[in-house]
Amino acid sequence: MPQITVTVDGITHEVEVEPRLLLVHLLRDRLGKTGTPIGCDTSNCGACTVLMDGKSVKSCSVLAVQADQSDILTIEGLSTDGTWHPLQKAFHEEHALQCGYCTPGMIMASLDLLRENPAPDDDAIRKGLEGNLCRCTGYCNIVRAVRRAAAEMSGREVSAT
Amino acid sequence: MTETLETVPEVGRARRRKEDTRLVTGRTRWTDNIQLPGMLYVAFLRSPMAHARITRVDVSAARRRPGVVAAFSGRDFADEQGSLPCAWPVTEDMVQPDHPPMAVDTVRYVGEAVACVVATDRYRAADALEAIEVEYEPLPPVLDMNEALKPGSPKVHEAGNKAFTWKFSNGDVEAAFRDAPVVIDRRYRQQRLIPSAMEPRAVVVDTDGETFTLYSATQIPHILRVMLALTTGIPEHRLRVIAPDVGGGFGSKLQVTAEEVLCLLICRRLGKPVKWTESRTEGNLTVHHGRDQLQHIEIAAERDGRIRGIRVNLLADMGAYLMLVTPGVPLLGAFMYNGIYKMDAYDFTCTGVFTTKMPTDAYRGAGRPEATYALERAMDELAHELGLDPIELRRRNWIKHEEFPYTTIAGLTYDSGNYEAATEKALALFGYDKLRAEQADRRERKDPVQLGIGVSTYTEMCGLAPSRVLGSLSYGAGGWEHADVRVLPTGKVEVVTGSSPHGQGHETAWSQIVADQLGVPFEDVTVIHGDTASSHKGMDTYGSRSLAVGGIAIVRACEKVREKARQIAAHLLEASPDDIEFDRGVFRVRGTQSGKTIQEIALATFAAHNLPDGVEPRLDASATFDPENFSFPHGTHLCAVEVDTETGAVKIRSYVAVDDVGTVVNPLIVEGQVHGGIAQGIGQALFEEAVYDPEGNLLTTTMADYLLPSAADLPDFVTDRTETPATSNPLGVKGVGEAGTIASTPAVVNAIVDALRPYGVHDVPMPCTPERVWRAVQEGAAS
Repeated sequence: MPQITVTVDGITHEVEVEPRLLLVHLLRDRLGKTGTPIGCDTSNCGACTVLMDGKSVKSCSVLAVQADQSDILTIEGLSTDGTWHPLQKAFHEEHALQCGYCTPGMIMASLDLLRENPAPDDDAIRKGLEGNLCRCTGYCNIVRAVRRAAAEMSGREVSAT
Repeated sequence: MTETLETVPEVGRARRRKEDTRLVTGRTRWTDNIQLPGMLYVAFLRSPMAHARITRVDVSAARRRPGVVAAFSGRDFADEQGSLPCAWPVTEDMVQPDHPPMAVDTVRYVGEAVACVVATDRYRAADALEAIEVEYEPLPPVLDMNEALKPGSPKVHEAGNKAFTWKFSNGDVEAAFRDAPVVIDRRYRQQRLIPSAMEPRAVVVDTDGETFTLYSATQIPHILRVMLALTTGIPEHRLRVIAPDVGGGFGSKLQVTAEEVLCLLICRRLGKPVKWTESRTEGNLTVHHGRDQLQHIEIAAERDGRIRGIRVNLLADMGAYLMLVTPGVPLLGAFMYNGIYKMDAYDFTCTGVFTTKMPTDAYRGAGRPEATYALERAMDELAHELGLDPIELRRRNWIKHEEFPYTTIAGLTYDSGNYEAATEKALALFGYDKLRAEQADRRERKDPVQLGIGVSTYTEMCGLAPSRVLGSLSYGAGGWEHADVRVLPTGKVEVVTGSSPHGQGHETAWSQIVADQLGVPFEDVTVIHGDTASSHKGMDTYGSRSLAVGGIAIVRACEKVREKARQIAAHLLEASPDDIEFDRGVFRVRGTQSGKTIQEIALATFAAHNLPDGVEPRLDASATFDPENFSFPHGTHLCAVEVDTETGAVKIRSYVAVDDVGTVVNPLIVEGQVHGGIAQGIGQALFEEAVYDPEGNLLTTTMADYLLPSAADLPDFVTDRTETPATSNPLGVKGVGEAGTIASTPAVVNAIVDALRPYGVHDVPMPCTPERVWRAVQEGAAS
């Protein structure tokens, strides 16, 4: 079996994996990273979205072997020293989640969206999150949350410089 | 005595949710997260045939596959698997076929389990399925309800394809229609829907040899426990059911599933913990479906628009079997086809029909969206026929606010409501007159993109439900809800609720209620739910019942706690209990500053050094609340769509919802429920349909085929409220879980049809895809 080295939320793992093992099953079943859920098997819902080397991927559609030598960030690694990321805070403040099943993927996809476009308008947010489905919220509050996080994140960068 | 009390009531505050902490950080406890030592994985082999006799199943080769611990066919469980329960025999002569969790002799829908493999990991379990040999002798599929009822149709079950016919009638309907100046006669189709909760179903079962613990992504841990005990014969006290965090349900997890029963039996057989998690394709095939009705509605009216009577005839597709509340779902609409309107006569007939498809059952709104859709669509047709504005037609017929309480033609007593106020507010927010002017302008200049305005008013019976009423409708259980409230020695409070949430925010809303009731800080309350070991009694979450029933149980339990505390306070303060006043957490001797906080009383109760004679040292109480009536939220939704008559594309330009859900505990949560409900109703109107091919294969097995609305498909919604408290419960609450879904589907379709009136269009079947809209325009223009 191939051996891979993968860093997940700052911890480096060396694991032997079947070539067919999906990244999301490596995370959930082998590494105990159950914060990333699975919502479909066809990469439509986006619940399993994580960042791989800084870019969002749907981890149900990536093989673990493809993640060899990569740096994975999941929802579990997003807060630093117990402080929530602005996106986590904004989702909470704007009531952008109900059952919360889509939330990890929605937040990770939003992170990538804001990396590419730090100040998106509502239309850009809606189009940018098209690959992440939510059945509870109707998306209004998710859009508000991403807008709010974008403001806080850019504000923070401004104050840091 | 210390005073650290909030003066602002908690009920009504937009508290951010307590449950978010684990949900935004990935520490959520989904059933599929559970890993137990030695745990085995179950995979099911499912029928590729819609209807067939099983002539041979051979699992022996699968047993020899690497990692496989066991493999079973239906016959291996035939003596112990029982029949999946239907708790709602709606008529005495209802046909209720045996429903084995794993098929033994016959399969009746694609996806029905015929065999299973148990292996050391999920990949090996799935691999071994291909080694199972099954031989089928095909039988003809039964897919069309009208065909199914014809003599000579192939039969789904020996007893025939009709499950039941259920009737309700009040007033002289014949007279209402005889010589009626106007009759609207319409047929609508409620397409089959797939509920599509984001969390797939999952089951984990563990045993110590004596007792069984079953974790399931379910809305109904309490009902499930009773039903599993009755189905499998495992004594109820040796069964513990846990619903951990549950990722949405919308009715789809209000079920006793084949997989829950079978995982329990497999665990018992092997003595090992087992887990099964469905793939999305398995879910689309075998999570019960929603809606699927053919509706025939007739309205007899006067020339001035006043309704004389309504006649409704339904065919409801049961699918292949009757599951937990399958036959009851269309009947929850039986009392709603009159909506918010007054009339003299009403007649309702529903026939449940078996087909070789996945069974249908509760889906958000369950019966009430169907009723509201047919009624509100037909009301728009009546308005058009009479040349009346659709708002004006509704105004002429609805129950006026001064007429409450009002007993409707369907026999329900609506306790309260103010349809005028909600509608006026909605019209103002929407800019109704301005949009009508724009519509006229676009019509005038024959703009290829036409503007349509859809009106939908609704009420619903929710807060399910008074037990006596459920009994009179032959439902198998009651509609009460239970709560325990425990004040701990340090003054913190634990609340145990029997209403098990799956995204609604009970932990937050219940904390707000208790904070007010006991005068303790919001942060000092913890809500416990979803485990029959810690929450021994409950009727669970569906039918917008949690707050209107479960919330009131909490109020009642808090009242009992306060009464106990009053006795102890009086004793400690050397006063008569009659002289003790309670105000925001402090028991005070009337007219003095002398008092004890509830926290001080909790500690004194724990120490028990100085309690009144005969008083037990406990500051806790239980209450079970059974409502006397349903609650009746209502509202007015308005939708503006732009319809491209050349391409059939529909764009929702604006959407305004004004709902009256009574007293609001948490406006943030209420708004969220309305948003999500609207989106789900729009999904039915525009995108969603479960499609079977002529052989009975489901074509929409993935989220690529079954279209759920994404953020890019929906507009921002404008929501507001009026607040007419319910008079049937002490909080004045009504429930909000289903409101948006009920109102939005007809609002959107009415808007599309309104846009296309100049093209001779009177209906577009759902979902109103660009192709269907385009065809309607072509056909309308040709007629």
